[in-house]
Amino acid sequence: MTSSTQQAAHEQEHDHHGPASGIKRWLFTTNHKDIGSLYLLFSLLMFLIGGGMAMVIRAELFQPGLQLVDPHFFNQMTTVHGLIMVFGAVMPAFTGLANWMVPMMIGAPDMALPRMNNWSFWILPFAFLILLSSLFMEGGGPAFGWTFYAPLSTTYSNDNTALFVFAVHIMGVSSIMGAINVIVTIVNMRAPGMTWMKLPLFVWTWLITAFLLIAVMPVLAGAVTMVLTDKYFGTSFFDAAGGGDPVMFQHIFWFFGHPEVYIMILPAFGVISTIVPTFSRKKLFGYASMVYATSSIALLSFIVWAHHMFTTGMPLAGELFFMYATMLISVPTGVKVFNWVATMWRGSISFEVPMLFAIAFIVLFTLGGFSGLMLAITPADFQYHDTYFVVAHFHYVLVTGAVFSIMAAAYYWLPKWTGYMYSETLAKWHFWLSLVSVNILFFPMHFVGLAGMPRRIPDYALQFADFNALISIGGFAFGLSQLLFVAVVFKCIAGGQRAPAKVWDGAEGLEWDVASPAPYHTFSTPPEVK
Amino acid sequence: MHTPLLRKLVLLVLGMFAFAFALVPLYDVFCDITGLNGKVELKAAEASEEQDLARKVDVSFTTHTQGKAPFKVQAATYQVTVTPGTLTEVSFTAENLSGDARIMQAIPSVSPGKAAKYLHKLACFCFDQQSMKAHQKMAFTLRFYVDTELPTGIGELTLAYTLYDITDRNAANQNFPTHPTTKQLGDFSRAAVGRDYAHSIQVAVYQQIRGLSHG
Repeated sequence: MTSSTQQAAHEQEHDHHGPASGIKRWLFTTNHKDIGSLYLLFSLLMFLIGGGMAMVIRAELFQPGLQLVDPHFFNQMTTVHGLIMVFGAVMPAFTGLANWMVPMMIGAPDMALPRMNNWSFWILPFAFLILLSSLFMEGGGPAFGWTFYAPLSTTYSNDNTALFVFAVHIMGVSSIMGAINVIVTIVNMRAPGMTWMKLPLFVWTWLITAFLLIAVMPVLAGAVTMVLTDKYFGTSFFDAAGGGDPVMFQHIFWFFGHPEVYIMILPAFGVISTIVPTFSRKKLFGYASMVYATSSIALLSFIVWAHHMFTTGMPLAGELFFMYATMLISVPTGVKVFNWVATMWRGSISFEVPMLFAIAFIVLFTLGGFSGLMLAITPADFQYHDTYFVVAHFHYVLVTGAVFSIMAAAYYWLPKWTGYMYSETLAKWHFWLSLVSVNILFFPMHFVGLAGMPRRIPDYALQFADFNALISIGGFAFGLSQLLFVAVVFKCIAGGQRAPAKVWDGAEGLEWDVASPAPYHTFSTPPEVK
Repeated sequence: MHTPLLRKLVLLVLGMFAFAFALVPLYDVFCDITGLNGKVELKAAEASEEQDLARKVDVSFTTHTQGKAPFKVQAATYQVTVTPGTLTEVSFTAENLSGDARIMQAIPSVSPGKAAKYLHKLACFCFDQQSMKAHQKMAFTLRFYVDTELPTGIGELTLAYTLYDITDRNAANQNFPTHPTTKQLGDFSRAAVGRDYAHSIQVAVYQQIRGLSHG
C-alpha cells in the first residue's frame, strides 16, 4: 500500500465515526461519553454493593444483642461500606457526570487527555477488586473504620492491611488523573466566547472540586503510605514508642478528610444550580455569588480539619479557632441555599423528578448542614462525638445531599444520554419511596445519638431498641427502593418514548443544542457562545 | 497545547504528596514551639542558673505499660515538692516481668501539656532503650528541674511514662537497615547528646544508633 492509499483508508475509517463494537469498545475507549457511562455504571454497581453492606449493618442492629454476624465482621462492614460509598459510589458518579457533561457544556469535542481518561477509569475496578477480595481472605478485610486511625490500622490491624493501602493508592491515582483531566479540559478547551463568568455552574463547581482533589488526594496517599511503612517496615510515624504520634495521624487524615467532604458536595451544588433554574423557568439567582461562595467553601475547607478531633485534647485556642472557622463555612453555604430558594421564588415551577430530587436536596442537605453546625460547637461536640448523631449528620449531607443530587442529575440528563424518556411513573415511585424511607432511616439516628448510642458498635443498650428497629425498617425500605432506580435506568437504556434535543423546556446550555441521544462525537467544530 | 498546564498540575500533585510527609516534622516543630501535646524535649538539658526559692511546685510521677509490655517501673516517691530551678533526683526501680530478655523504651509526657517545655531532664532512663534480661531488676535515677519561667498558674505537674516493649520492633529494624523516616535520622544527634549526660543511667547493651534510640 502506498502512503496515499493508507491515508485514504484511514480517512474512510474516520468517516463512520461510530464506536468500535464489542468489549473492546469499552476497554480501549477514549471517548468521554463512553468513559462517563462506564464511571456511572461502575458507581451504580458500587452503590449497590456498599448498600448491601449497609443492609448487613442494619440487619444486625435490628435487635439488641449479637445475632447475625460476629463483631469483627460487623467492623469490616462499617469500614468497607464507608470506603465503597465514598471512593466507589459518590466520587466516581461525579467523575462520570463530569466526563459526560463538562465537554458538552463548554463546547469541547472531548476531554483534553482522552488516553489518560481511559486509564483513570480502568484502574478503578482493580482497586475495588483488591479491597473487596480482602474480605474473603484469612483475617478478613479492613476493620478499623474508613478513617483508618492509627494505631487501629497499624498495631492492631491484620496483614491484609497492605491490600487496603494499595487499593486506596489506586483510587487516589485514579481520582487525581480524573481531576487533572477536568482542569485541563476546562482551562484549555472552552468554546470561543465561553468566558469564565459564562461557565455553567456545574463546570465551575467541578473545576474547584478538581483543585481540591489535586490538593488533598496526594495527602491521603501519603497517610496510607505512612500506615504501610509503620506496619510493615518498622517506621514510627504514628507510634509513640519510636517518637511518633498517633494524634498526628488524625491531623494528616483530616487535612485530607475535610476537603474530601467538599469534594463530594461541591459538584452536587453544581447539579442543583443547573436543575433548579430549568424547572423554575428562571435564570439562576446570583450566579456570581454562587461562584464566589463555592470558592470560599473550598478555601475554608483547608482550615477546619481539627473539628473532627475536638476530643483529642486540643488547647482552648485551637478549639475556638476551629469552631469559628467551621461556623464561617455556613455563610457561603447559606448564600447558596438562599440563591436556590430565590431562584424558585415566583418561578413557574413544575415538579418533574429531577426537580423533586433537587428540592428534597435543598431541604434535607440544609438539615444536615444544621446538625453540622451543632457538631461544630466544641463543648456540644464532646457529647455528640462518635455517636449516632454524627452518623445522622453525615448521612443527611451525603445521602440526601450528594446521592440525591446524583439521582437528580441522572434523571435530568438520562434522556440526553439514552435518547429515551424514562418511565415517569416508576421514577416518581422511586422518589417518594426514597424520600420517606431515607427519613425513617436517618432521622431517628439523631435521637439515639443524642441519647448516647455510640457508632460502629454491633450491639446497643436496650433503651435504643425501638428506634433501631424503626431505623432498620427505613434502611431496608430505602435499600429496596434503589432497585427501582436500577429498573428505571435500564428500562430507559432499552427504549421508551423518544426524547427531543431539548428535553426540558426551561433548560439552558450547550448540551441541549445537540441531538438526543448525544451523538458519539459532539462539537467537533466549536460552537460560538454569545 | 496542554503540556504547560499539565506540567504545573503534576508538580502540584507531587508537591502535595511531599507536603504530607513534610507535615511530620512540621507537626513536631509546631508542638515544640507551642509546647502543645505534652511533648517533652527528649534531650538532656543544662542545669539551671537561677532558682526561684519562693515558689513550690508539686511534681508527681506515674508509669503505665502500653499493651502487654512486660515491664514494671515505679518511682520511689509518688510526688516531690520542688522549687523551680533546683536540681532534684528521683530514683526509679524497673523490672522485666517476663522470662525473656526484652528491650524497654519509656516515652515521657507531661501534664498539663502547657508545662511540658518547662520541665527539664538532665538524666532520664527514657533517653535510651533499656535492655533487660529475664526478670532483671534495675535502678534508675531521674535528674530534673522545673524552669523558673513556669507560668504562675501551674502548681502541679505530672510526669507520665508510657513503657513500650520494642524488642520485636528492633528485630524488624535490623531487617530494614535504611530508615525511611528522616525524622528518626534527625534524632541521632539528640540521642548522642542524651547519652553524654546520662551517666547515671545504665548503658543499654545494644547501643544501636539506628532504630529507636530516641533522644
